[in-house]
Amino acid sequence: MRQASAPTLWRDLRRFTDARVGLGRAGTAVPTAAHLDFQEAHGRARDAVWSALDMPALDAALAPLGAPVVHARSAAPDRRTYLLRPDLGRRLAGHVVLPAAPGSVAFLVADGLCATGVQRHAPAVLERLVPALPLPAGPIVVADQARVALGDEVGERIGAAAVVVLIGERPGLSATDSMGLYITWAPRLGRTDAERNCISNVRPGGLSYAEAAAKAAWLLRAAAGLGATGVALKDEMPAASLPAP
Amino acid sequence: MAGMGFAQSIGGTRYVFDDLKTLLARATPFRSGDALAGVAAGSAAERVAAQRALADLPLAHFLDEAVVPHEEDEVTRLILDRHDAAAFAPVRSLTVGAFRDWLLAAAPEAVTALAPGLTPEMVAAAAKIMRVADLIQVAAKCRVVTRFRNTIGLPGTLSIRLQPNHPTDDPRGVAAGVLDGLLLGAGDAVIGVNPATDNVEAVMRLLEMLDTVRDRFEIPTQSCVLSHVTTTMLAMERGAPVDLVFQSIGGTEGVNRSFGVSLSLLREAREQALALKRGTLGDNVMYFETGQGSALSADAHHGVDQQTIEARAYAVAREFSPLLVNSVVGFIGPEYLFDGKQILRAGLEDHFSGKLLGLPMGVDVCYTNHAEADQDDMDALLTCLAAAGVTYVMGVPGADDVMLAYQSTSFHDGLTARAVFGKRAAPEFEAWLTRMGIGADGERIPARLSPALIGLG
Repeated sequence: MRQASAPTLWRDLRRFTDARVGLGRAGTAVPTAAHLDFQEAHGRARDAVWSALDMPALDAALAPLGAPVVHARSAAPDRRTYLLRPDLGRRLAGHVVLPAAPGSVAFLVADGLCATGVQRHAPAVLERLVPALPLPAGPIVVADQARVALGDEVGERIGAAAVVVLIGERPGLSATDSMGLYITWAPRLGRTDAERNCISNVRPGGLSYAEAAAKAAWLLRAAAGLGATGVALKDEMPAASLPAP
Repeated sequence: MAGMGFAQSIGGTRYVFDDLKTLLARATPFRSGDALAGVAAGSAAERVAAQRALADLPLAHFLDEAVVPHEEDEVTRLILDRHDAAAFAPVRSLTVGAFRDWLLAAAPEAVTALAPGLTPEMVAAAAKIMRVADLIQVAAKCRVVTRFRNTIGLPGTLSIRLQPNHPTDDPRGVAAGVLDGLLLGAGDAVIGVNPATDNVEAVMRLLEMLDTVRDRFEIPTQSCVLSHVTTTMLAMERGAPVDLVFQSIGGTEGVNRSFGVSLSLLREAREQALALKRGTLGDNVMYFETGQGSALSADAHHGVDQQTIEARAYAVAREFSPLLVNSVVGFIGPEYLFDGKQILRAGLEDHFSGKLLGLPMGVDVCYTNHAEADQDDMDALLTCLAAAGVTYVMGVPGADDVMLAYQSTSFHDGLTARAVFGKRAAPEFEAWLTRMGIGADGERIPARLSPALIGLG
């Protein structure tokens, strides 16, 4: 026979999950405090979507890496167009001149769906990743209104062996500063997402800068050996080679 | 079955539409996905011209001209093979415009009886010349009842899918979400978890955990882990307690291929689930999700507008007598449905189309943070859907899905919709809520629902 333990308070459920459980009730609705907590989280996420890269600050943060930094933008002229036309976010605008660096690993720092996280996390990850590269470091392109696939055109124009795109992820209510890394071997226009490897949720409280950089370096070494990224390249990096966070 | 072309003059300008799919696309109320696909009307006047031409088109024309060629697409072949001429008889001689009028005037029994005689394209066409109020009123006439361990879709009921997702599938985290939902009256549609990984062992652990919760609390409902159909089939082979088989589906063979499924695979999965004989009141064992834009996203839209393709997904669904079907209307993003206005209309179109085709239609009333939408827009859509007699909606703790990172409707929202519209839970589940002492305000969890019983010590 089952023996029920003493009744527990509803709000005690919160210790098992970050989901919004045990909020209580005001009639059938959520009480005021819980309602405003939600509104605050949504407000922060909305602001994050519409945030923009601070180029001078980013230049200053990237300067110590010693790689050439080039500014570019996608063919999407503004945020609204960017949201409506993913195709434009995948192509470069105008006649930006990108330095040729054949055989290098090129970098694209992209705002994606949230600039605030990239602004903070990209320099910190690059600082750890650049010294660990299996190939020479190429230029760092910083682009506005950019999607992941913009890296294909950037990498192709540079003549890079691989491109690493560091891009802002779609903000949720609990994390509004996540960055993703997308690695594409032999980048060129028309590559599909199945031909990339992805490292996501890079942020304090998610994947650390050191872990992200180590994983990217491992994937680049494996890609150089295989001559490919994507579904052909399984992430089989041994856990022991991960640095402590 | 080549198109003959259609023409319509508005204000001295003559608009020509090359074929049926072009006519349908140009007649569609504006949404960003059709503009992205390059099939939307170029002006408001062109849209109305297309709507007028569409209104004059005989419904029987839809049996002669396919929007996706039948030789290329098994969904088109399914639609034509399953068309029931006898059920179609009452509206066979009508135009699309007269069909709209007929639906608005007809008795609920007549509208419900029509379902096997309608094709998705006919239903989509009618929706394109309807206002929001029309979509609500006609959908409210449709009667669709399904059963597994309880009875879903009875008049005067509104069921809730309890969606207790957790970012790492932690069993205690999921269990806490389940208990929270039960305490707020949710879970009569299904207790359904989106797993964080499609790994079969992880999926089986969740299936066992959900079945244990249902068994310990003796809940008259069904559970589901929304993994890929092939993962669920493997879990069934290994003896996991599978109530419902879930799959995302779309309205062309190509989009289904992009989801890794075909009609024959779905048929095989359904047979496997039926053989388990786990339903006590009925054998509706399938659960499908759909959503406008998935075909364009998979580059499998054949130049057809997204609402028409979505309606075709319902022809796929009804082939398998599902317990539940819902459009995940705002999940796909602003390039397909840009703002609250577009999401509102699409949600009501999808509900209308699914119901008219005979499906137990629910809607995931939802949005992502890069869409121009907020919780007020969701309240408006939920309220319209409740008025339209929606079969079920989602219940997510605090409307915030911490695994999928989007916002849906909360358990509280479900309670509010029931209260405002005088709706009730499925009868077996409502009796259980009463038996367990759920519903009273208070900070204490009723003893019969002790968290200790489900591993939350």
